[in-house]
Amino acid sequence: MTLDTVKHATETPEAAQPWKELGLKEDEYTRIREILGRRPTGAELAMYSVMWSEHCSYKSSKVHLKQFGEKIPENDAMLVGIGENAGVVDVGQGYAVTFKVESHNHPSYIEPYQGAATGVGGIVRDILAMGARPVAVVDPLRFGAADHPDTKRVLPGVVAGIGGYGNCLGLPNIGGEVVFDSCYQGNPLVNAGCIGVMKHEDIHLAKASGTGNKVILYGARTGGDGIGGVSVLASETFESTGPAKRPAVQVGDPFQEKLLIECTLEIFGEKLVAGIQDLGGAGLSCATSELASAGSGGMRVELDTVPLRDATLSPEEILMSESQERMCAVVEPGKVDRFMEICEKWDVIATVIGEVTEGERLEIFWHGEQIVDVPPRTVAHEGPVYHRPFARPSWQDVLQADDANKLARPANSAELKEQILKLVASPNQASKAWITDQYDRFVQGNTILAQPEDAGMVRVDEESNLGVAMATDGNGRYAKLDPYAGAQLALAESYRNVAASGAKPLAISNCLNFGSPEDPDVMWQFAEATRGLADGCLQLGTPVTGGNVSLYNQTGETAIHPTPVVAVLGVIDDVTRRTPIAFKEEGQLLYLLGDTHEEFGGSAWSQVVHDHLGGLPPKVDLERERLLGEILISASRDGMIDAAHDLSDGGLIQAVVESCLRGGAGARLVVPDGLDAFTFLLSESAGRAVVSVPRSEELRFTDMCGARGLPATRIGVVDGGAVEVQGEFALSLDELRAAHAETIPGLFA
Amino acid sequence: MTARIGVVTFPGTLDDRDTQRAVRVAGAEAVPLWHRDKDLKQVDAVVLPGGFSYGDYLRAGAISRFSPVMESVIEQAKAGMPVLGICNGFQVLTETHLLPGAMLRNNHLHFICRDQKLRVETNSTAWTADYETGQEISIPLKNIDGRYVADERTLDMLEAEGRVAFRYLDVNPNGSLRDIAGITNEAGNVVGLMPHPEHAVEPLIGTGRTDGLGFFTSILKKLVDAR
Repeated sequence: MTLDTVKHATETPEAAQPWKELGLKEDEYTRIREILGRRPTGAELAMYSVMWSEHCSYKSSKVHLKQFGEKIPENDAMLVGIGENAGVVDVGQGYAVTFKVESHNHPSYIEPYQGAATGVGGIVRDILAMGARPVAVVDPLRFGAADHPDTKRVLPGVVAGIGGYGNCLGLPNIGGEVVFDSCYQGNPLVNAGCIGVMKHEDIHLAKASGTGNKVILYGARTGGDGIGGVSVLASETFESTGPAKRPAVQVGDPFQEKLLIECTLEIFGEKLVAGIQDLGGAGLSCATSELASAGSGGMRVELDTVPLRDATLSPEEILMSESQERMCAVVEPGKVDRFMEICEKWDVIATVIGEVTEGERLEIFWHGEQIVDVPPRTVAHEGPVYHRPFARPSWQDVLQADDANKLARPANSAELKEQILKLVASPNQASKAWITDQYDRFVQGNTILAQPEDAGMVRVDEESNLGVAMATDGNGRYAKLDPYAGAQLALAESYRNVAASGAKPLAISNCLNFGSPEDPDVMWQFAEATRGLADGCLQLGTPVTGGNVSLYNQTGETAIHPTPVVAVLGVIDDVTRRTPIAFKEEGQLLYLLGDTHEEFGGSAWSQVVHDHLGGLPPKVDLERERLLGEILISASRDGMIDAAHDLSDGGLIQAVVESCLRGGAGARLVVPDGLDAFTFLLSESAGRAVVSVPRSEELRFTDMCGARGLPATRIGVVDGGAVEVQGEFALSLDELRAAHAETIPGLFA
Repeated sequence: MTARIGVVTFPGTLDDRDTQRAVRVAGAEAVPLWHRDKDLKQVDAVVLPGGFSYGDYLRAGAISRFSPVMESVIEQAKAGMPVLGICNGFQVLTETHLLPGAMLRNNHLHFICRDQKLRVETNSTAWTADYETGQEISIPLKNIDGRYVADERTLDMLEAEGRVAFRYLDVNPNGSLRDIAGITNEAGNVVGLMPHPEHAVEPLIGTGRTDGLGFFTSILKKLVDAR
């Protein structure tokens, strides 16, 4: 087969091209021809197809995502905003923190271990590319029904993949979530988050500037793994030059990534790079076009110099390969030798593959013949934008009218007790220790808090005790009932979790998991959720620093629950003031902060006891969330509370049980005036937390709440070896522990 | 003058910086050692930290054992220099045969990270003098290849010679024979264990206990006293 050069493409304008097989629409292919003034070469077509994919171009979501850039709250902390590999915020003392959450949903369903492992690898490289040392990871996960046979295939693989990769990188896994719901049966959500720390002056950006600067590809060799998705593999064009079928899921090598991290940090330390980009989705196509697009000049790449794992790869395949553990740096000529020395020290392969040129073209050559000549912006940043139609689903009203508050409630204390025990043991509320114990939470020696705490927290500075905290939350059931409120509830819960740990929420990242954008119902959910999140962030003063969108999470016609996952990053000046969730000290007083209403729509109780989803989710009051956050942070700083736990799914009783089991102490609770036991224990009203107050601090604490207008109700005392609700029931800690701890290993061990 | 304690970094080592911190917290000077470098920089003792050196490819510790730095470590250890192998470092020490036995995949086949209770079975090693024999401590454990095995004769010999240095209490987390968590050589200068004392040296961090600090203060005292 002849090489499809630019010259050849110009000479054969009518040659048939597999644009459809590559996932492009006809008008998109026409637009590429217009941009180039000729038909694209095979290599150009490959680049446009992957870069204009939904995953890389955000073509369906862009019009909604722009709100995150428009509704920006006043916030001094933001150093780098949306558009770079990850956002960066100032956490004080000269430190900057970068963080982001990404999805690796589809690959993890096909090949759970490698899908999840490379999800960790990808997000870690994003953080590294900003100039930061990765310091922690978190993994929000959602699976199908816990007792479904396929969940038993997917979950253990995903968990082992996250552990196998993350543990080998030496990154503590400090948080995340595990949620089960049959809506995720064919579409598990495997989201991965990472936090990185650097000094302000170390922030790096993905841009290629400075004519004559060298473009260096370093890390793993390029192989045939993860090439542009299955549609590409069927294409006749590529068939003759390589093996007919290759895996579309990437394969990870965490050892290589660990070397890449240390090597890159040493390179940063000597200030050797002018621009840097990691290679993830769309591989070299993405890295070269984004670097060139963001820089001031053009770029020339000699593609045949790329080190290969498989010598038979065609240029198109090399451009599309998503082989892991690779980075691309732009380096001044005088610094190349030192750059290479450091790579050699870490046994990392590095190759000069091109240079920054004058002009504005991205030109790629294959053994001296030109196969790509494009304006890089048209590949990287000026892809198609769709205004997908959206409309409120016809079933939304019916769903909301199916009021969960009307479900049959427990008739007596015995029934209440039985339902609570069932709740505590249900897969979503049960202990996830069997899963999280497969992740290293201690490595790096800076972990202050890790799961099952409300937020993960790591120390940033050993001298000053500065630290950062992060929580991730999302509730697809709430979002299904009301996507606008659901997104805000995810934000509120994550914000509350960070505040409960004692840290001040600063900024957020998100991972927006939805069904097909071609379904107007789903697009409405997406539009509502993004609007809710943008409005919420504006109100709470926490800007969106970046994030990720995962669409097409559906099986046939059935989409997953809309699942916006929100990661809130917080800062704490002194980690010794952190607040854990454990109730430990007998005699301490338990206070419920916030208001409790009859709110059962989307609740864990309605799911566990009635297998029901309907009505409205809990009411959102972000001003209340902010006030609650301020109280929790002040109380932590001034030593007024010894423990705090946010109230979310499962309500007060779930939080109390978790805190008691964590600390090994029981609690005696009294139902407050004006509430019935059922609502008190199981309602999921937002804006609430339970705190443990030393008796000596009670007055000071209640005075503070009173002065600031936050309802604080004394509900009991830390005492004994049981969780007892006066006049209702008592459950011994042993009984609760068994119910809470045995479910997950019983299903998956 | 304080003691100089070397901490080796292999490619894929993860707990090197943590171990250096633990050495400093104890009051000694931490000296980074590089796997390609035979020069031990006149250190008084060496720690082989945890991680996945060379990705644990082939077998945990199997490749590291042949690195240039290990030539010197083996030579010095035989001459009496104190050496501590933690987790992957313990695996390297068994591969070098400085310590007997081997580590296999955990019996449940999973990576496990937990706060592990141990009993210090002997305080007559270079790294355990600050503990009481029989003292119970809790330090983090995190590994996938942590199941200690050896033939019966070797196990009997270790027991008879008082060379089982640490035993798992409450839970045997990986199926290690006779609940063995760590052992020492005959001379007591070379010690290896799977759990991580370097992750339990500061209050608040990790488990919030400092039960692991004794390893580092033990060696510091011994080295300073020897002067």
